[in-house]
Amino acid sequence: MSIPEAATMIDVLLYALLAGLGVALVTGPLGAFIVWRRMAYFGDTLAHSSLLGVALALLISIHPTLSVVIVCLVLALILVVLQQQQNLASDTLLGILSHTSLAIGLVAISLMPSVKVDLLSLLFGDLLTVTAQDIVIIYSIGTASILLMILLWRPLLSITIHEELARVEGIPVTAVRSAFMLIIALEIAIAMKVVGILLITSLLVIPAATARRFARTPEQMALLASLMGCMAVICGLASSWFLDTPAGPSIVLCAGGLFLLSLIKKQ
Amino acid sequence: MKSPLIELSAIGHSFRGNRVLSDVSLTIKTGQIITLIGPNGAGKTTLVKIVLSLLKPDLGTVTRAPGLRVGYMPQKLHIDPTLPITLRRFLSLAEPSLQLCLNALAEVGIEKLIEMPLQSLSGGEMQRALLARAILRKPNLLVLDEPVQGVDVIGQEGLYRLIGQLRDRLDCGVLMVSHDLHLVMSATDEVICLNQHVCCHGHPDQVSTNPAFIELFGSRTAPYTHHHDHSHDSEDNGDNVHSGGGHHD
Repeated sequence: MSIPEAATMIDVLLYALLAGLGVALVTGPLGAFIVWRRMAYFGDTLAHSSLLGVALALLISIHPTLSVVIVCLVLALILVVLQQQQNLASDTLLGILSHTSLAIGLVAISLMPSVKVDLLSLLFGDLLTVTAQDIVIIYSIGTASILLMILLWRPLLSITIHEELARVEGIPVTAVRSAFMLIIALEIAIAMKVVGILLITSLLVIPAATARRFARTPEQMALLASLMGCMAVICGLASSWFLDTPAGPSIVLCAGGLFLLSLIKKQ
Repeated sequence: MKSPLIELSAIGHSFRGNRVLSDVSLTIKTGQIITLIGPNGAGKTTLVKIVLSLLKPDLGTVTRAPGLRVGYMPQKLHIDPTLPITLRRFLSLAEPSLQLCLNALAEVGIEKLIEMPLQSLSGGEMQRALLARAILRKPNLLVLDEPVQGVDVIGQEGLYRLIGQLRDRLDCGVLMVSHDLHLVMSATDEVICLNQHVCCHGHPDQVSTNPAFIELFGSRTAPYTHHHDHSHDSEDNGDNVHSGGGHHD
């Protein structure tokens, strides 16, 4: 892990912690919806496509956060259209797009010899190189995502329970679903730095699954999932700091450990 | 004569070239209970979706009375077990006022279950919960898709009685879909037999003696059997059943 020379060790740790917590706060409620709506594989597919977003950013020199959001949204749109038209089962379709988009990203990046890209940090995160600018991006996008989710909470819950009933009751289902896709795309763009493309879904699914065992209402589950995510970030970073393990995988490992612990509690 | 709540005329609809409805007309008036009955694939769900404006028909016109408020009870609710939600929270999605939710639950007789997780309700309790949510909207038209599904016979009678009471109290029209014939007979004002077109319709007593009805459902003791094969104008729904034996030689 390359540490900028100017930064002191404490700065590095503080930035990493702030970035991790910022992302974990959003993945809580978003992850709860991903779990309720059984969209884990969908999220994974979008996350895999973000490598293509990075390649695009390098190619036309725009900010990677922006291009990742755009690529994720385009892929989400393609998925929705294909799901309506194709006769393939949804998970087969996701499997095709998930791995194809990851492969396109890998090939595209390898075809650009002029830029040197640390592939490992893209795939598994590079929390210890977070900059002040990254923090600003994470917190502004994170705040926007949370506000959007609060605004859409009731309609989102309604369409999660029964989409047609929600439509009859006057909820603009297509608009709400599109906004939800946007939130997923935004979250992927900011979580990439923290746990990397391959591990983003774990940060969505594992804290939410852990929270389920303690929650009695949807809101409790969302808040507890944020809390579990934050705990995983703190434990993961601590282990990364003291044991010199890679930060992203350590955070996911801690989230997994918390889930295992939660199994002790009787339902 | 009461004015119609909704009027469908000469509705036709196809999915990917397969005609599922042709020339279906239907009028629902206040205070009237209409039951849609027909074999699987008869287009009942499609017709319900058109009434609910979830689907725009290819052909025909739909006229809704101004101020029409539709209460919808879907066929089944699949809620992921990971979603922690009580009956109270479920109803609050339609109506934030707790008192109104309690009133609706009392109306369907399950007010004691208000704090129960939705996933723990039995089949009959779940149907009543869905009915409570539908009436929370103070509808003048109730659309019920297989309202007694997954409910035992005694429970079914109770539910049909409840639907009749709700019709009287809310003074609304009711459109319901049913598989079950003899139970629904006493609970409905008009039966429409659908098999991609309207085979016959009218008062339950008249319908039950109608040749088209008997042809479609057979005797009243076997309401689920679909005896003859309607070929109509759909292209590929023909008889695919060959006599046994085969060509192995």
